[in-house]
Amino acid sequence: MADVIKKATREGYGEALTELGAKNPNVIVMDADLAAATKTGAFKKVFPDRFIDTGIAEGNMMSIAAGLATTGKVVFASSFAMFAAGRAFEQVRNSIGYPHLNVKIGATHGGISVGEDGATHQCCEDFALMRSIPGMTILNPADAVEAKQAVFAAAEMDGPVYLRFGRLAVPVFTDENEPFIIGKAKTLAEGSDVAIIATGLLVNEAVKAAETLKAEGIRARVLNMATIKPIDREAIVAAAKETGAIVTAEEHNVIGGLGSAVSEVVCETVPVPVVRVGVNDTFGQSGPAVELLKIYGLTAENIVAKAKEAIAMKK
Amino acid sequence: MDAMTKKELSVVATKIRASIIEGTFHAKSGHPGGSLSIADILAYLYWKEMNVDPSDPKMADRDRLVLSKGHAAPALYAALAHRGYFSTDLIPTLRHVGSILQGHPDMKHIPGVDMSSGSLGQGISAAAGMALGAKLDDAGWRVFTILGDGEIQEGQVWEAAMFAAAKGLDNLVAVIDNNNLQIDGTVEEVNSPYPIPEKFAAFGWHVIEIDAHDFDQIEAAFAEARAVEGKPTVIVQKSVKGKGVSFMENQCSWHGNAPNAEQYEIAMAELNATLKELEG
Repeated sequence: MADVIKKATREGYGEALTELGAKNPNVIVMDADLAAATKTGAFKKVFPDRFIDTGIAEGNMMSIAAGLATTGKVVFASSFAMFAAGRAFEQVRNSIGYPHLNVKIGATHGGISVGEDGATHQCCEDFALMRSIPGMTILNPADAVEAKQAVFAAAEMDGPVYLRFGRLAVPVFTDENEPFIIGKAKTLAEGSDVAIIATGLLVNEAVKAAETLKAEGIRARVLNMATIKPIDREAIVAAAKETGAIVTAEEHNVIGGLGSAVSEVVCETVPVPVVRVGVNDTFGQSGPAVELLKIYGLTAENIVAKAKEAIAMKK
Repeated sequence: MDAMTKKELSVVATKIRASIIEGTFHAKSGHPGGSLSIADILAYLYWKEMNVDPSDPKMADRDRLVLSKGHAAPALYAALAHRGYFSTDLIPTLRHVGSILQGHPDMKHIPGVDMSSGSLGQGISAAAGMALGAKLDDAGWRVFTILGDGEIQEGQVWEAAMFAAAKGLDNLVAVIDNNNLQIDGTVEEVNSPYPIPEKFAAFGWHVIEIDAHDFDQIEAAFAEARAVEGKPTVIVQKSVKGKGVSFMENQCSWHGNAPNAEQYEIAMAELNATLKELEG
């Protein structure tokens, strides 16, 4: 087996933008003084005339992006998740969401794995915020390969999309030949004892967790839920019916994100135990990303423990 | 401006004012004061200045207008209806369930509305985005946006002002409707934005000051704006909130209140008298 390649999803974002820019002259990339970090800098180098920097003014950037979109541009507006979804929430809601304009929000540095910058920059609320906007599509790719696919898929569709990327280099494990379909979960492992529904950085942990469980004789289904909204109800209902116990895993507050979305579907259709792995309604702190992921329980080990809890709750 | 044109525009502005009263009366809510103060500039924009075609509201090379002070929607809807974008019969449906005439401008459903607005401070940014879009395409169309004087207390207005000047958006014209009143009092009492011209000049804009209700000055201002190169233009118009309806003029209580039946009759009688006088 080849060595595992590690790459941050934000790298995939940057590469995809440059490829898109070459294909589509209507693609405009915006940033708010974070081009080096969000990786939009690569696009800026190749297409300086189509790169718009608003400086440190995220709300302004979102409303300008909306205006640009009305002229037929496909706009990718980039910042850290905290400022794209958090600070600019109301501009995203009113300038982009309400008129349903074709703006793609490229939000990097999502979640606790931002690391050393600490709680002010670790956004674990973005899914909750963006899910509450009618008509918003939310994508959270698991690795750099899927990140590129997500960017291309977002550009193909008309309407607002929130894309969340991470800072941390993570293993590349998804298959670029497998199509990325917005709103469709990918099944990474089959199983009928428990279903692990994971998103983003936690997908790889979920795969590892399933391997550990398998060694103990527990067969876990693993779903990669790269689309947070619209959520794949069909896959969730099937998982609830066929496994009877669900664990969700995300790098987000357990309130309002994937765990909530899955619970909502399960409660209304096939009520079975759902145990949520995520940040437990707390702020983060400074430290190396990998260490923080352990502290906040965003690991394969914790998913294994929660899977057993969920199974124990089955009637 | 010749007397004929001035008379035509005055008639249009008076009809817009009557529709503002009609709409807000039937809605039993809305913002008549700040709508009445922009009736003249809207008449000039939609009848003289802007390249638009009501039969083709999405015409690619049309000029755009963003009503950044979106609460003055009754004025925009009145202008669009009288200009022929949709029937004036819709005016009494303002703010009613199922009507396209939402409380604040909705670009998805109202012909002629170029941008949804209403959350203050955002419209000028969207307008700057549109102007930038035109520049990127080397297109000649222009963008107009109207803001309230209270609205410029929003920080985003100055983010947009900085951006528009930095990008040299000379195809963007912002109008500041300086009626001096906001919900909680005069703008100075609440949180003074003055001096407005100096602030925009410092941000790199070409500044023009006019009387909002003088068509000669309005015409001259837009002609001047058209000739400006390399920077956006702001027209600071001194206006009368509630203009055209005697008991509404210069009263901040008419910012967000609809006339009752009696007030409606008086207002309409006044505006009809103005119309009769104009039409001779």
